[in-house]
Amino acid sequence: MPILALDTVSKSFGALKVADQVSFALEKGEALGVIGPNGAGKSTLFNLITGNFHADSGTIAFDGADITRQAPMARCLAGIGRTFQIPQPFEKLTVLENLLVAAAFGSRRAESDVGGYCADILVATGLIGRANQLAGSLGLLQRKRLELARALATDPRLLLLDEIAGGLTEGECYELVETIRAVHRRGVSIIWVEHVLHALTSVVDRLLVLHFGKVIGIGQPGDIMESRAVREIYLGIEV
Amino acid sequence: MNDHTLPSPAWTVSMRTRASSVSAAVALVVVALAFAVPFFATRAVLQDLFFILTMLVLAQGWNLLAGYAGLVSVGQQAFVGFGAYAMFAAVSLLGLDPLAGILIGGLAAAALAVPTAFFVFRLEGAYFAVGTWVIAEVVRLSLAQWKALGGGTGTSLPSGATRDMAGVRLVADWLGVRAAQATDIVCYWLALLLAVATVGLIYGLLRSRHGLGLAAVRDNREAARSIGVDPLRIKSFVYLVVALVTGLTGALIYVQKARISPDAAFSVPDWTAYVIFIVVIGGIGTIEGPIVGVVVFFVLRNLLADYGSWYLLILGLIGIVIMLFAPSGLWGLFANRTGIQLFPVRRILTGTHNAQTIKGVPHG
Repeated sequence: MPILALDTVSKSFGALKVADQVSFALEKGEALGVIGPNGAGKSTLFNLITGNFHADSGTIAFDGADITRQAPMARCLAGIGRTFQIPQPFEKLTVLENLLVAAAFGSRRAESDVGGYCADILVATGLIGRANQLAGSLGLLQRKRLELARALATDPRLLLLDEIAGGLTEGECYELVETIRAVHRRGVSIIWVEHVLHALTSVVDRLLVLHFGKVIGIGQPGDIMESRAVREIYLGIEV
Repeated sequence: MNDHTLPSPAWTVSMRTRASSVSAAVALVVVALAFAVPFFATRAVLQDLFFILTMLVLAQGWNLLAGYAGLVSVGQQAFVGFGAYAMFAAVSLLGLDPLAGILIGGLAAAALAVPTAFFVFRLEGAYFAVGTWVIAEVVRLSLAQWKALGGGTGTSLPSGATRDMAGVRLVADWLGVRAAQATDIVCYWLALLLAVATVGLIYGLLRSRHGLGLAAVRDNREAARSIGVDPLRIKSFVYLVVALVTGLTGALIYVQKARISPDAAFSVPDWTAYVIFIVVIGGIGTIEGPIVGVVVFFVLRNLLADYGSWYLLILGLIGIVIMLFAPSGLWGLFANRTGIQLFPVRRILTGTHNAQTIKGVPHG
């Protein structure tokens, strides 16, 4: 049984179709990359999966259960974690507290033993030295790491990463990719929206291409990048 | 994360600071002293302290609503008045003990919060504030129709009702005082109990995961939803708890006053404007703030008592000046300079990793 299955999911804002009959399935432990031009509906797709938006039609199933009408809180508890494209830290809480609140509400752990668990995540994401700093005082790289660390604190089985490598230097990007690989190795399924293709393809098993809210291709990264439709639409190459 | 190979270091998350250990000891002494006041103080002093304690409870409640949950209500008088009227109904119409009446007042206010939450939680920000005020007016106008409790002109508690209150005779015999003074003493002790319980409850709430959840919702609602925090649930809970505490306080205040009218029990200046003033000058979003604020308010009230309407003008002016130049209030000014927190809620991580010691910092 796939961990996530979307069946003909659609969403419109007025006349604008941001998701148009989207169907795909993600196997347990799989990492899927999502690419597409700006405005293709990639972040919308995430918001539909996490419940921040509700689908107009179609169904979304997580681990076999229909979650189409569930609120984001319930989906988080079920095991869906996400990062935001523009980091959304709880600015007046410290880095540690950002993780504590995620672990205390979003994971099924007891409140008393989330401290060490969160500290371990801070070590793995390179934020341990800033644990007691206010999240509002962090720079971009640290904010992106905090997005990842906070999502991990909810103990997800499916992790949605929204352009987490964008705006980072080569070295910073490499470190982040290594962290994500480690998460993937532990068996967490991943859907990753990214423009930094070499980062993406070094982790994901398959690529999905979105264009005007439609899935126009899904398959092996090599095949996808070679396909005529993708080269025309996404890479803007005239064939 | 299970995959890092380093030996798992001993991490500790703590909330205690040196100042807080001292303040816990000081708080115990203050409460013990406050308990002993009736043994040597006059009735006038007791009544002043009763006023301070009840205003403190109202201010702590409003601070939890506005300062922590972002629910800026200007209609808390609805719960003061409703709790007071429920107590009056229990005592005057059902002949119950005023002590039972106070509990009924609190429960009635909490019950009123359920339907009002249904309406006002559909509103945000300024609309929420206006909504709470409208509801308070609706409740006031409705209770003014209750002829059995004096309608628009109000009524008094049956003579002797407070003298027969549980514990009053006991206190009168024990301390050798008249019934009227014993009533004041019992009311004072109840106010002290309510104040200590309220501060303890709020402090406990903020130290629990719900305190973090409230802060998360305040900082970023969408992100909070994505990590499993239910904003509506947590805000409803706070709204309900504050209604209960406010109702208990309203009922207690009117046991002591022994006379009620809709205009007094649902007074906007008395139960909301002064309360906001106390929280704002003391420091919103801290437990220490309302404590400082209520003392400052009491001193100002006594200093300005002889100046008629100048009193309100000067209070308003002070409020505006503080909001402009010290938005975190008098306590905020002090805490920012000294780093002292008497009721710390910051979680601080300490431990060692790769010879790198993570030390706690006193303030964030």
